[in-house]
Amino acid sequence: MSNKILIIADHLDGSLNESTARAVACAQQMSPTGIDVLVLAEDGASVAAEAAQIEGVSRVLQADNAANAHPMAALLTPQIVAAAQQGEYSHVLGPNTTFGKDLMPRVAAKLGVAMVTDIMSVHSAHEFDRPIYAGNAVITVGAPTDQVLVASVRCASYPAAPGGNSAEIETLSLDAELPGHTRFVNLEQASSDRPDLQTAPKVISGGRGVGSEENFKVIYDLADKIGAAVGASRAAVDAGYVPNDMQVGQTGKIISPELYMCFGISGAIQHLAGIKDAQTIVAINKDEEAPIFEVADIGLVGDLFKIIPELEEKIG
Amino acid sequence: MKVLVSVKRAIDYNVRIQIKPDGSGVVENGVKHSMNPFDEIAVEQAMRWKEAGTAEEVVAVTIGPDAAKEQLRSALAFGCDRAIHIKTDEPVQPLTAARVFEAIAQKEEPKVFMMGKQAIDDDSNQTGQMTSALLEWPQATFASEIELSGETAKVTREIDAGLETLEVDLPAVITADLRLNEPRYLKLPDIMKAKKKPIEDMSLDDLGVEAAARLETLKTTPPPTREAGVRVESVDELVAKLKEKGLV
Amino acid sequence: MTEEIERDVMEYDVLIVGAGPAGLSAACRLKQKSPDLEVCIVEKGSEVGAHLLSGAVFEPRALDELFPDWKEKGAPLNVPVTRDEVYFFTGETKSKKMPNAFVPAPMHNDGNYIISLGQLGRWLAEQAEELGVEIYPGFAAQDAIVEDGVVKGIVTGEMGVDKNGEPKDGHVPGMELRAKYTLFGEGCRGHIGKRLIREFGLDADVDPQHYGIGLKEIWEIDPDKHEPGLVIHGAGWPLNTSGSGGSFLYHLEDNMVAVGLIVDLNYENPYLSPFKEFQRFKHHTEIARYLEGGKRVSYGSRAITKGGLNSLPKMTLPGAALIGCDAGTLNFAKIKGNHTAMKSGMLAAEAAAEALAGGGEGGDELTGYTDAFKNSWAYEELYASRNFGASLHKFGTFKGGALNYIEQNWFKGKAPWNMHDTTPDHAATKPAEECEQIDYPRPDGKLSFDILSSVHLSNTGHEEDQPCHLKLTDPSIPIEHNLPKYAEPAQRYCPAGVYEVVEDGDGNPRFQINFANCVHCKTCDIKDPAQNITWVPPEGGGGPKYSAM
Repeated sequence: MSNKILIIADHLDGSLNESTARAVACAQQMSPTGIDVLVLAEDGASVAAEAAQIEGVSRVLQADNAANAHPMAALLTPQIVAAAQQGEYSHVLGPNTTFGKDLMPRVAAKLGVAMVTDIMSVHSAHEFDRPIYAGNAVITVGAPTDQVLVASVRCASYPAAPGGNSAEIETLSLDAELPGHTRFVNLEQASSDRPDLQTAPKVISGGRGVGSEENFKVIYDLADKIGAAVGASRAAVDAGYVPNDMQVGQTGKIISPELYMCFGISGAIQHLAGIKDAQTIVAINKDEEAPIFEVADIGLVGDLFKIIPELEEKIG
Repeated sequence: MKVLVSVKRAIDYNVRIQIKPDGSGVVENGVKHSMNPFDEIAVEQAMRWKEAGTAEEVVAVTIGPDAAKEQLRSALAFGCDRAIHIKTDEPVQPLTAARVFEAIAQKEEPKVFMMGKQAIDDDSNQTGQMTSALLEWPQATFASEIELSGETAKVTREIDAGLETLEVDLPAVITADLRLNEPRYLKLPDIMKAKKKPIEDMSLDDLGVEAAARLETLKTTPPPTREAGVRVESVDELVAKLKEKGLV
Repeated sequence: MTEEIERDVMEYDVLIVGAGPAGLSAACRLKQKSPDLEVCIVEKGSEVGAHLLSGAVFEPRALDELFPDWKEKGAPLNVPVTRDEVYFFTGETKSKKMPNAFVPAPMHNDGNYIISLGQLGRWLAEQAEELGVEIYPGFAAQDAIVEDGVVKGIVTGEMGVDKNGEPKDGHVPGMELRAKYTLFGEGCRGHIGKRLIREFGLDADVDPQHYGIGLKEIWEIDPDKHEPGLVIHGAGWPLNTSGSGGSFLYHLEDNMVAVGLIVDLNYENPYLSPFKEFQRFKHHTEIARYLEGGKRVSYGSRAITKGGLNSLPKMTLPGAALIGCDAGTLNFAKIKGNHTAMKSGMLAAEAAAEALAGGGEGGDELTGYTDAFKNSWAYEELYASRNFGASLHKFGTFKGGALNYIEQNWFKGKAPWNMHDTTPDHAATKPAEECEQIDYPRPDGKLSFDILSSVHLSNTGHEEDQPCHLKLTDPSIPIEHNLPKYAEPAQRYCPAGVYEVVEDGDGNPRFQINFANCVHCKTCDIKDPAQNITWVPPEGGGGPKYSAM
């Protein structure tokens, strides 16, 4: 059977969210006969142009509507259902961003089909791995092949498909009745000086090896330099170096940044439980036998107080 | 105003799950179960409305085996007025749960259907959205603040881009995120009182709900383990690696 | 209780502290005898069984008496003991298997079952609830209410206090649970039991209590190596030089085995680490051959009251009684305490039911309990093995073991001598300078593991923003006294890595208490050489979440 895949673009302020290209990378593993990206916006021209560059995309469908000025699941769903039916798609995918998490189940329910959350690996067009129990187990699920498959793609599992493509862009007019029961009020974009630990793409973290509350300044400085959030191990929290809400680990925050760089953290299993989904773990520790090195993608043995200043200088 | 709130029995978040060696699932027997933490937040929210006089009646509902009564009793100890138990020993997937909740909502006609944003066992994050879709109601997921006023609710949602506020007409499904509130400690006298509150038993058949098309779970495995990567000898080498990966 | 707090009050006929084998058996017996009595159990674990840990080879004698139809009722006694092996380990690869004829009679296990105490506890709780007992897990008994020398009940712990002791949002003060009789079944070294024994001088006429620390893991092993019902006990290595104790490996059902080590807490060398001894123990050829290729699924630890009859305090006081290991009814010769704990609970229950039957107001001493206990098979057992522990302490595992063999097999425990060990365990610790450091092997990640990944498998957890529940009477003692004199043994005797000596920013040693790791074993309360650590209950529901220990 043919696997014709529709991917719902996640975008904000006229630019495409990278998660869309990650969803495309996932879709490419489903032996697709075509991958279309649907851009639902008030004016989707710039987003559609970006989407057209993603390698693997066959067509970009641009459906402009004033109601799409702010993405709201209740309003987008009827349009997606119409597009899915009009285009006879076998798969409708979205990224597992809060946009996709909010939207895709509503689409599935409207299509009357089950949904696969957080695809992390593709066995076939209807068989996938997905995490359960906060990633402490993985299940392989088989979806019915006689109905449309709706799924969200776990972005952390897929690198963004590269650019360089120039897929055709079609405008799509969708015949869908939109409800009036949901209205956008406002969006307060996160604008703190330092990004939020839970969602930051980069996190710098310190452990007991940092030695004191005062010494933690070097961690903050490095974080500010590269625009990272700051975390800590439980040992550092217990020692009173930093407040409780900075704790990363089993009993603290469980995070999945692109870069996790930790200094003076030995890597107790409770800490590792909080970072196992980080894409790249960099560990700096003076104890070369610290367990953190067993999971770090890049490890450097040495004194953090010598390494950090050098790092700041050389990152430029 | 009536508020409906769903609760799910799930393995306690403190428990390190064990995967059965034959890959047929995780070990649940003898393992501590609790109310899904996000559902506790949903129940707490409903209680605050009740204590503020905004809600007159709060009804807790669960789908699950006999043992799930324990979680309904917890909800009643929080202060819910009564509870509905849709009994089934089969695992329930989100679309089926949504069909059950649709039927219950049509019967109970609440103004707000509160749910946790997701259950910490299957991590699906679907049931709230699916329920509101089937009911043709508005949805406001990942709520960190809710303001009820008459026929509408203003809901602040925690999304990747920041805090989004939506206004929805009631009735609506609202799903609770972590920062919505801090659930209370249950008091002994409330736990005792909860034992005397009514729980209505129902089956999927009673509601005329058929189990939806299912995803088949083929096997359960441990997550892939991280392997040690490379050791670098100098900061120069480290910076080079980071630049290569586009991380700095 | 000095502070003036408005507390909710609830009243019961009998209040039981602790949902273990003693408390649950007492509750069932009370309702069997007098169905109208109002009986309540408070339990600090988040559910019944969450804090229960035992070997366990279970002798069903008390259960037979409590529920003669336990089989029909589905009690989780699924694995009868089929074979007993006893080893004396002389080195990592060496052992002597004791011929059956030389195994002391109490260590034979015909008719016994290998069980999980957690599962048995859950089953007993179901029976108790069916009989109308109210059980409240997640509520710790903070302290006893003692008025005019009479125990009137307990106060539950308050909830929602921050680490500085200030109330947080949603703070709930403790409430008073009052009762005509209160039965304390907190298990070994219960914190209220400890207070009552001291304040009421209950141990005035007996030897100091003695303890062990038990460490246990559950493994899932290769089905080809699994022999349900096989019981292995061992003595000797790795404890033959630095301490004493015993080890076990029990084959449960479903390819599961329980492996454990008990270390007597009267060890002298402060460098000894019970945790590392246990990890090392699993490498013994006779043990490793079962575990290799298997997977560890849980870990836990709990102290054991093992002084036996010579250390058994008076078990009653006005308005209250101590039952099970809170008093110390374990039979160390059999390495079993569950059946005697159950029996003591049942006897206390019978005495309380009788006292209340005629409209009694309670508050008096349940002397009927003491009398019945003295006339019971449980007492007979304890009498027979009264010298077991003391002779091991006195003569070491080997000679003491021989003596025990003679006593248990020739005299059937009725030998005409009594042996006493009057040194409390904490006082047995020698200064570090008189002892050799112990060089433990690094864990291999297959059979042996580090402490934090072990604690992880106990599922322990505590709300972190609460006062530390391990109280130091004098906060300066760990660094100023224990560190120079004993190399601060808390770093090693704690099986959960709660205590650390770390360097502060200026390179000075600092005593760090990671209370969130605590598995509620009570070893620190027992073994601190300065008796400076007091274990008090943390916020209810905290601690390990054992599923089938």
